[in-house]
Parts: sequence; structure tokens; C-alpha cells
Amino acid sequence: MTLDDLLSQPGAWLAPGADTATVISSRVRLARNLRDSAFPGWAGEEECEKIWRRLQPILQGLPELAPAAVFGMADLEELERMILFERHLISGEQAHKGRGSGLVTAQDESISVMVNEEDHLRLQAMSPGLALQAIWQRMHALDHAIERQVPYAFSVKLGYLTACPTNVGTGLRASVMLHLPGLVLMNELNPVLKGLTKIGLAVRGLWGEGTEAAGNLFQISNQITLGDREENIIRHIEQIVLEVVEHERNARARLLERKDLVLRDHVGRAFGILTHAHLLSSKEALDLLSGLRLGIDLGIIKDLDRLTVDRLLLLTQPAHLQKREARSLKPKDRDRVRAQLVRTQLS
Amino acid sequence: MHCEVCQEHEATVHLTQIVDGHVRKINLCEACAAKSGLDMKGPLSITDILLGLGGAKPAEKPERERVCPRCHMRPSDFKKTGRLGCMDCYATFAAELAPMLQSMHHSSQHVGGIPAHEGARVQLTAEIAALQQALEKAVAAENFEEAARLRDRIAAGRRPPGAGPAQEPA
Ligand SMILES: [Zn+2]
Ligand SMILES: [Zn+2]
Repeated sequence: MTLDDLLSQPGAWLAPGADTATVISSRVRLARNLRDSAFPGWAGEEECEKIWRRLQPILQGLPELAPAAVFGMADLEELERMILFERHLISGEQAHKGRGSGLVTAQDESISVMVNEEDHLRLQAMSPGLALQAIWQRMHALDHAIERQVPYAFSVKLGYLTACPTNVGTGLRASVMLHLPGLVLMNELNPVLKGLTKIGLAVRGLWGEGTEAAGNLFQISNQITLGDREENIIRHIEQIVLEVVEHERNARARLLERKDLVLRDHVGRAFGILTHAHLLSSKEALDLLSGLRLGIDLGIIKDLDRLTVDRLLLLTQPAHLQKREARSLKPKDRDRVRAQLVRTQLS
Repeated sequence: MHCEVCQEHEATVHLTQIVDGHVRKINLCEACAAKSGLDMKGPLSITDILLGLGGAKPAEKPERERVCPRCHMRPSDFKKTGRLGCMDCYATFAAELAPMLQSMHHSSQHVGGIPAHEGARVQLTAEIAALQQALEKAVAAENFEEAARLRDRIAAGRRPPGAGPAQEPA
């Protein structure tokens, strides 16, 4: 399978059928390391290369990842690595790696393993909607399958040993992508985010660590990995997410009730600009698509569906746009091509 | 049971000592035990003698000399990147890591899943801990015959030192 084959499908978090009105997608990742090697950041390129050559065939042969696709970072152009990043298959950190680092993913992108990112192994599974429990089960099975062939770095006291102490213990990070335009428009988001931070959850933007929240999209994840069981971590996040979903639902109801005109204006402007603009920056596109998405969910916009909007969230990203055009584009050209793509997809 | 020194943390270290001919038990948290280990000038713990551990722990080497024996990372490397070099770094830099882990995770003990191949080893560690508790009880009851028997069982169950960081207080 090549990168072009990947591009012909929608992406694991964009599959139809799930309830994605507020929870766009769920993700679980596990950090694991080999017993017998230094961690990737300290091992050196040659050792990483050895580890990748050892792990790649093992991972490729696992039924849990079959049929698998393999991408060595050194074999990809920068643009192609950015595509994998925009599809949430690799991290920003891995996108800048070369020799000795790679990705083995199920061809449907729902479950994958990054090799030699910050840790030797980063297992991750994704699904649309709120489905942490289900993907945790898949992840757990994959973890066991790998562990049968590769002895993990583990201590009775500290659990799975990771390059960064923030991940030690379970090595588990469960995260959920939320679309919260109701809370933002009602000016009620800050207390909710503050509450989340207070109970030890992290809130980030769409593309993870260090990214600014655009398009009213927020990623919520656990920070604590030591001292709690995996099932508890997952259950706790799901519980909290359901509460946030309830807040968002209430905010949308109040928005319809008290700020109907403001709401219709917001949605109408988003639709108007998206269908008529000739230049759209990445951030502007995300913000307007958020408004359109809200309009669809509240029945204000009737002849479009949410999935069309969600696909555009991905397709309007810089690397996807450039791959589509089969050439690298300057930011100004990107804005033009982005606007053109959005116009044709929405008309 | 709370630590007798700080009265705050859970006591996980139970020392048995003979002071003026009387058996005395001290219950300490790990942090206080580590501290007292350095300047404990009093009589040696019977338990320690039975286990052949000798007296007080040797004082820690000054920081600049401490390098991970396996991957050669130094504390300054770790401070620069925030990432450790290998799994043995967790034991090497246990002193720096302990407060860091406590403030990050509000915990210092893994309770989640364990790899299947670790199952036997984890089990063994738990068994040794139970035997050690029994040994302390026997000593406190002055049942030295039983204590000697328990000592031999512990010695048989112990792995050679350096078998992995799981054996070290991390
Ligand atoms: Zn104490
Ligand atoms: Zn090391």
C-alpha cells in the first residue's frame, strides 16, 4: 500500500456511522520500550536503525495490524511525512525523523504503531465518536501480541518504563476530540476548561501538543499515567467527556433559545464565505467549517452533511492540499487552492 | 499505618531493632527510611543482619559522579532533555525522579497491567515482601528459629543483584 492509496480513503477518524456531533473522535496510545536497548532519543541512529529492522517484520506479521502498510520515515519526502501527521498517524516529532524511524499501520488506519518516536513503540488506535472502551480492547490485544515477541522494559514499581517520566506506569494516553462551538459562542468554555485542568486532564488543539485551538476543536486527554489502572483511566475520561457533551448540548439549546439571530448570522456567514471565498487560510477555513458544522447539527443548514465538512477539515490541511495538487505551494497559492476545493465540495 | 517520623505518608518500611535489650519496631515511609538510613548510628536492625545486608546504607555518591552504568547518561543530560536514556536510568536517577513522579502523577507505584512474561517475577517480588513481613514478625516475637527458616526462603527466592531495575527502589 502506498501513500496515494491512503489518500483515496477518508481517514480513521472520519468514518461514517458514529455519533460525532460533539465527540469527533477517540484515540488511545500506549508507550512501550524494549528491555535491551537505550531509548530512541539516546540510542543513536545506528541502533535505531537496528531496532526498526527488527520490529518492522514482527509488526507487519501481526494479525492485529493486518493487512498492514509500512512507511519508513527515511523513504518519505517531507510532504508525505506531513500527510501522515495530518492524518494523526504519526506525531509532529516523528514527522521530523529520518533513518531508523517508521510507521506500521493497519491499512484502514484504525490501529497503528510508531517505531522510534520518543519511545521504541507507540501503539495507537483511533475511532470516530466516543469509543474509548472499544479501542482500548483492540489496543490491549495488540499490546499482548507484540509483548509475546518483544520483551518490554518494565519495573514492578514504576510499570512500563518510558523515555519521558510523564508517561511511565501504564504508558497510556486516552484522548478525545471535541467540537465545542456552543460553549465558545455562549462564552462558557473557560470555566469548563479550567475544571478539566483542575482534575488533571490536559486540553490541547486539534494537532496535539503545542497547537493552538482552531475551529472550536479541543483534544482532552489524561496526564496521569502512574498509580491508576488502565480501565479506570479510560472510564474516568469517558465519564468526564459525557459531562462536557452535556454542557455543550445545553449551551446549544440556550443558543437557539436566547441568541437565535446571532447563531443564524454566525452560521450563515460561515456558509457564505466558504462557498464564495477565493482565498482561505488554514485557520480561517477551520473556524468557518466549525460554524458550518454547528449549522448542520442544529438543522439550520439542511442540504449538507457533517461528514462532508469533516472531510474538508482534513483535506484543507497544507500537506493534503499540496499532495492533491501534486506540487509544493506557497502559502498564498495554498489559500487559493484551498478556497477552490471548499467551493467545489460545498456546491 | 502512618510513618512514625513524618506522620504523613504510609509506612512501608518496618525496621526491627534491639535497643537496650528490648525489641523495638519502627515504621517508616520510604522517604524517611532513606533519610534515616544515612545517619542511623544506633544498633543494627536484626532483620538486616539476618538478610546479610549489613548496617546503614552507604552514603550516596556526589551527583557529578553519578552516570547511568548502562547508557552513560548524566543527570545534566536528563535535565537538558527531560528524557531518560534507558530503562536503568530510572534506578540510577531514582532520587531526582521520586519527587518529580510524585508531583506529576501523585503516585509512586504502578498498579496497572503487567507484561505476561513479567508475571512470574512480579509474583515472586510480592512473595518475598510477604516473607519479609513474616520474618519481621518472627524477630519481634523472638522466634529466631522461625526467622532463620524465613531468611533462607527469602535468600532462595531472591534474584542475583542487577537482574533488573524492578529490584531497586526506584
Ligand atoms: Zn515519613
Ligand atoms: Zn540509562
